[in-house]
Amino acid sequence: MSETEVAVHGQGALMEGSPYAIPSRKFTMWLFIISDAVTFGAFLFAYGYIRVATPNWVRPFETGSVINVILMTVVLITSSLTMLGAGDASKAGDKAKAMRFLYSTMALGAIFALLHLREWFELFGRGITIGSGLFGQTFFTITGLHLLHVLSGVIAMLVVGTKYSSGRLTPSHVETMGLYWHFVDLVWMFVVPLVYLTNIAH
Amino acid sequence: MSAASASGNVIRKYLPVYFLLIGIFLVEVLLSFRISHTSTLVIVLLLMAICSAVLGLMYFMHLGEERRGLFLTLIPVTIFVLLMMNMWWSDSVRLLHMRPPGQ
Repeated sequence: MSETEVAVHGQGALMEGSPYAIPSRKFTMWLFIISDAVTFGAFLFAYGYIRVATPNWVRPFETGSVINVILMTVVLITSSLTMLGAGDASKAGDKAKAMRFLYSTMALGAIFALLHLREWFELFGRGITIGSGLFGQTFFTITGLHLLHVLSGVIAMLVVGTKYSSGRLTPSHVETMGLYWHFVDLVWMFVVPLVYLTNIAH
Repeated sequence: MSAASASGNVIRKYLPVYFLLIGIFLVEVLLSFRISHTSTLVIVLLLMAICSAVLGLMYFMHLGEERRGLFLTLIPVTIFVLLMMNMWWSDSVRLLHMRPPGQ
């Protein structure tokens, strides 16, 4: 490449395009998602082995908890749908609509967190805590890690949304934020069956 | 197409996937009451969770619409790492009793 071309197109002219045809921030998010999936995988595998290897495992979830977890799951899956709307509206250049969708997603994330805390406090009331045995340790570690992801996502969405509405961030940032949020939803699809549904009191 | 109708379309487009995910989850709940054998239940629920995850990855995260190279770079490696982790965890379970299982 000649010096003239570099002068005209800048240093970016020297860089090759992404082999995946996606922006680098989106690819970085994918790499983060993969590493986070492995982290959750480690916790879930550990839980699975401890769960199967331990006789007299605690099965604390009754009908009330099952209804609560159904509500939590529906709320989280719905938030993924509103996040898709936010990404699409931002791509179409409709900032007001994108923000409405983002606020809906944040509200659903907050509702999910509140339902989660309600479940936790219900267990605390029955003497099940992180220090009360293998069930408590694994349950609160895995669900706590997931809740941390949800809360981080809500805060990150607030930051991205605010900056996007003021024009400092682009629709691509909203899309990348969406990837993270869908991942949080995806992890929940493994947490619920393994941690909740296998521990229903019969 | 106006901006408003474009974002309305995407919700409608993914609504079947949304209902499918909720449907799979409700079947999981139902099965958790029906199947009492833990190992069988874990396997069935895990398979259904994998189906949900594939739907989420392909449609909500748009992995199906990206170049195949991205899929091939990310997914087989992740599955390999997770399977290897499964091998190692089974070995580490002996630490629960400080001896190999069955002894």
